[in-house]
Parts: sequence; C-alpha cells; structure tokens
Amino acid sequence: MRFALSPEQTGFGASINALLSDVDVDAAARAWAAGEPGPGLKIWRGLAELGVTALAVPERFDGLAATPVDVVVAFEQLGYHAIPGPWVDTVAVLPALLDDEVLAGVAAGETLASIVFAPHVPFALDAEVAHARILVDGNVLHAFEPSRSLSSVDPVRRLSEVTTGEQMGPAHDVASAFESGVLATAAQLLGAGRWLLDTSVAYAKQRKQYGKEIGQYQAVKHLLADVATRLEFARPLLHAAAVTMAPRDVSAAKVAAGQAAYLAARTGLQVHGAIGYTAEYPLGLRLTKVRALVAAWGTAAWHRGRVLGR
Amino acid sequence: MDLDLDEDAARFRDEARAWLKDNVPDQPLASFDTVEGFAQHQEWEAKLADARWSVVSWPAEFGGRDASLLHWVLFEEEYYASGAPGRVNQNGIFMLAPTLFSHGTPEQRQRILPPMARSEQVWAQAWSEPEAGSDIAALRSTAKRADGGWVLSGQKTWSSRAAFADNAFGLFRSDPEGKRHKGLTYFMFPLRAAGVRVRPIPQLDGEPGFAEIFLDDVFVPDEDVIGEPHEGWRVAMTTANNERGLSLRSPGRFLAAADRLVAEWSRTRDPALAERVADAWIGARAYQLYTFGTVTRLAEGGQLGPESSVNKLFWSQLDVALHETALDLLGPEAETDTAWTGGWLFSLAGPIYGGTDQIQRNTVAERLLGLPRGDR
Repeated sequence: MRFALSPEQTGFGASINALLSDVDVDAAARAWAAGEPGPGLKIWRGLAELGVTALAVPERFDGLAATPVDVVVAFEQLGYHAIPGPWVDTVAVLPALLDDEVLAGVAAGETLASIVFAPHVPFALDAEVAHARILVDGNVLHAFEPSRSLSSVDPVRRLSEVTTGEQMGPAHDVASAFESGVLATAAQLLGAGRWLLDTSVAYAKQRKQYGKEIGQYQAVKHLLADVATRLEFARPLLHAAAVTMAPRDVSAAKVAAGQAAYLAARTGLQVHGAIGYTAEYPLGLRLTKVRALVAAWGTAAWHRGRVLGR
Repeated sequence: MDLDLDEDAARFRDEARAWLKDNVPDQPLASFDTVEGFAQHQEWEAKLADARWSVVSWPAEFGGRDASLLHWVLFEEEYYASGAPGRVNQNGIFMLAPTLFSHGTPEQRQRILPPMARSEQVWAQAWSEPEAGSDIAALRSTAKRADGGWVLSGQKTWSSRAAFADNAFGLFRSDPEGKRHKGLTYFMFPLRAAGVRVRPIPQLDGEPGFAEIFLDDVFVPDEDVIGEPHEGWRVAMTTANNERGLSLRSPGRFLAAADRLVAEWSRTRDPALAERVADAWIGARAYQLYTFGTVTRLAEGGQLGPESSVNKLFWSQLDVALHETALDLLGPEAETDTAWTGGWLFSLAGPIYGGTDQIQRNTVAERLLGLPRGDR
C-alpha cells in the first residue's frame, strides 16, 4: 500500500497551480458571469495545453487515459482558483458517457460539453458555450436545447432549464460518468476550501485590531484550526474514492468535502468581516460557488443515504 | 496511489483475524479500573503476549514481531473489529516504550520491556499536577540529587491506571534554577514503594480510572532516568507525539464502532438520525484513510509534526459524536448500562487528556497555519 500522490501527480497539480496563478482567473470569472466567456475560454485552452482536458479521454481519441486520481488532482486546483466553465461536464463526465470522435475535440480543448443528469443535475451549466449538449435519461442519451435561463447563487455558473431533443443512443458507461461528476465536484470543493483557508490565514496575519494581528487571538485561531482539520480529513476520502470508485466512498468524499468547504467559506467570511461581504473582494466568488457545488451532483442528504446503504 | 495489501500484509492480517476469532473472550471483561477487571486484563495481556500479539510493533527480542507501521495499523483494525478487551497497559506499551526505544539505554530496555509486554508490570502516566494541567511546564514536583540517584517529592494527579499499576513515569524539576521547559528530568518510579502514597479517584463511571500520587522523598536510582538529566522535556515530547498522534487512538477503534452504529441504525432506519449516523461513518473512514496516509508518509521518512494535533482534534470529536449518536439511537435504553453508555463516558475524556482540544487548536493554528503566537 502506498496511500500518497506520486511525485508526478504532485508536479502536475503544481503546474496547473502555476499556470492559474499567472492569469487573472477572478477577472475571467466575472466576465464569464457577465456573458463574456472570452477570457475564460483562453484559460481553457491554456489548461488544454497542459493536458487537463485530455485526462479522462482514451488514447484512441488522442487522450491521456489518466486515472481518476489524476482527475481529482486537477480538479482540486481548478476549484482552488475558482475557474469558470463547464469543466466537470466536459472533462470528468463526457469521456465516460461517450465512446466517440467527439472526445478528440474534448482532448484538444476545442469541444465543451453541458450535461443534464436527472434527477441530480436537473439544470444545464453553461449551455450557451457548449458544443455538446447531452441529457442523460437512465441509460439513454438525448440532445437538449436550453430554454429558460436561471440565475445561480454563484453568478459564474450560468444555468438554464432545458427542452429534451432527439435521442442519441445508449450511454457508454452511465454509472462511471455519474461517479466521475460527483468526484470532480468534490475535488473542486476541497480546492475552494483550501483557497478560503489560505486567504483567511493570510488576512488574519496582517489585519490588526486592538493593536494586534487578529490571528493572535484564540477566538480566530480556533476557528481556522477547525477548518484546517476538516480539510485535512476530507482529502484522504477524496483520494480513496478515486482509487476505489466505490459509490460509498465517492459519496463520503462529496459529503466531507462539502462540509469542509462550507465551513471554510463561513469561517473565511467571519474572519474577513465586512470586506468579505463585498462583491468586489474575491472571497465571495468562492463562498457562493461552494454553496452551489454543495447541492450539485447529489445533495448531502442523498449522498449520506448512499453511505448508509439505502 | 493505492490501497492494496501485498501478500505479506494480507497474510499478517489474516493470521491476526484468525487468532482473535479463536481467542477473544465471549463475555466482556470487567472494567480494568476494578480489582477484578485489572487482574482479568492482565491475564488477557499474558495470553496475547504468549501468541506474540501484545506488542506487534516492537522488535522480536522484546516479544514483538518487528511489525511495520502498516502491519501495526492492520492489527489494530482487526483487534477492535473483533471486540477484544481494552489495553490495560497502553500507557506503558504506547507511551513509555516508544520513549525507551528513542532515548532509553539497552539496559533499561532489557529490564523494562519484557515484563511490560506481558503486563506483569503495568504502567501509569504521571504528567499532570494540581497546578500543571495543560501547562505541564508549570510543574512543581522536584528531584534532588542523592548518592547514586535522585530523591523525588511532590504531587501528581489524574494519573491514569495509577490505582492498580506497579510503576509510573513523568517529569520532575531537577534544576531548581531551570525555568519552564528547562531543568526537567524524565523518571520512571515505583508506585508501591516507601514514601509513595496513591489515592485513587473515582471517575464519572464510579471506578478509579485515575489517581493522585503523593511522593515524599522517594529514592530513584540513576538507572531509572530516561535520557540526560535536565533534558526531560525533549524526551517527553517523543511520548506526547505518540499519544497525540498515531498510537493511542488506533484507527480500528472508530471504524469498528461506526460499523456497529450503522448496523444498529439499520434496524429502524430512523430518518431523523440518518445524517449523524452517516457522518460518524464518514468520519471513521476518513480517520482510517488519514492514518494510511500518515503511515505512507512516515515509511518514506516523514515526521509526525503538528499533524498529530490535527489528528487528535479530529478523533476526539469524532469519538464523542459517534457515541452521542448511538445513545440517541438507543432512546430510553441509553440510560441503562449499555456498552455504548460506557463508551460515551469514556469518549468525553478524549477532548481533555493528552492536551485539550483548545491546546491542540493553538498548535494547529501556530505550527501548521503559521499564525502568530499570542497570549494564552
């Protein structure tokens, strides 16, 4: 047994982090929310060059046929930087739904997908930028058209209701597609939680009140220590779920990552105070995304049911 | 990254499972904090030792199996899943022994470890004092130089197992000029000797799980000092890391209990408790996996740093939540003498001993997150 990331996996995560640290992801996210996907799509192509979009695509479609652990490593970074776009749909889910030439476009970073996976994913994410719009109904795939636009608590997630279109045939591996979507969402939650913790710790080290950095006060320290503890213990669940892909482990990872990230969001806001409550400060981008992702790809209650062997 | 057991590990686990299945007593033993139960647990420990299961991670020459950390974790999982008795000598086996392996002399190891492995000698810890709880460095008990050894005086308290144990270990101020962490020495000392008075203290369950120890000019020879005189704090940190980190709260305890909790819940499937039952299982699984991660890290040369405080914070809260959920599941029956009720009382001590949760949070915040040290 070796329950740790390989040096290559750690390095892959670091190179995604380096790329995203060099671009203004927050500006791209705000533009995306305003219906200007240009900067976000540029980041998409940059990540495609690193191989992120090719991870789960089989080699015959020019993919990397990487393991779910690699996918989790990548999505933790995407969550850390709160990147806009239908990443889960395109990179984690679609490659398991199809066995088709479309995947070559995914690997190349040219094809984006929006997936509706009833009942857990009833709305389409970013359908207007997606080339592949697929509704999963049991084991059968349908095309869909976006109908009414919905406003998400996270304005960067552009949601819509859909109208079912013509049948496209059977899904390749519907179960594995669903588990991959859950796992990638959980990984994004963990990453967002880590960003919230890092940013709140940095803030607590420089913000002074009553003549001292607020990070000296135990009331603040203890809140942040609890967040660190939750995040530390969510990560091994995520990695184990990627190793086993057992539904019970995948659900455990989703619940724990959601709880940890939500605690990180609430604590982060509390540590920042009023500045964190402004639209301008980047904390809000994560806070609202975390709330959206907690309910995406299966609610906590539904996943707890799977843990208990419904 | 994988969770696979190689052939060797799988064989070791199967051997442990088979032995435990054949040997774990059908009826639970009496509490080891009673005269009767203490003797029963010593007997059980001798049986474990005869089959070389009492100290699997120790070298073979002291009764162990040279088990790797992974093998030890697997053994612990099997041990708790089998419902085997609690370990009456855990202060010795999991706290003092690692200190002796790190800082003891060969003579000390030869003399102390074999009878510890069989629990012929049971050990109590003697860290706290009336004025030194979380702040151990405020301790006042003294050690004065004497011919061939030291003379110990003072008072220790909340000493687990001291009511019936043979010996204890702890820190004493050996240099009266030394401040705080400096000038302390780590001693092993007898509990049944001239000048030592032990006053058992009944715990919430009514049994004397800990005791006060009064020392009045108790002579201890030089060979019972661990490490160099006045260097006791550094020596004790080894023990503290073991208590707070991996050793004392083995992963098996929680997953076995969480599996029992899920089974109990499944009889009624009460939706009002589903969330808490699921979260207890998820926490126990997380703890197991985190331990596998730690085992990997240590096997590759890593150290147990402030992560051991993260670890303790997590399990101490998990253990309480798990037992509270079980009691709520049992309903009115929970008030009666059930195994869960005893376990709940025991779990409540977790956030206190070995460094309170509040002290652990300070450690996590300052040493893991790098927040500035402030007033306590």
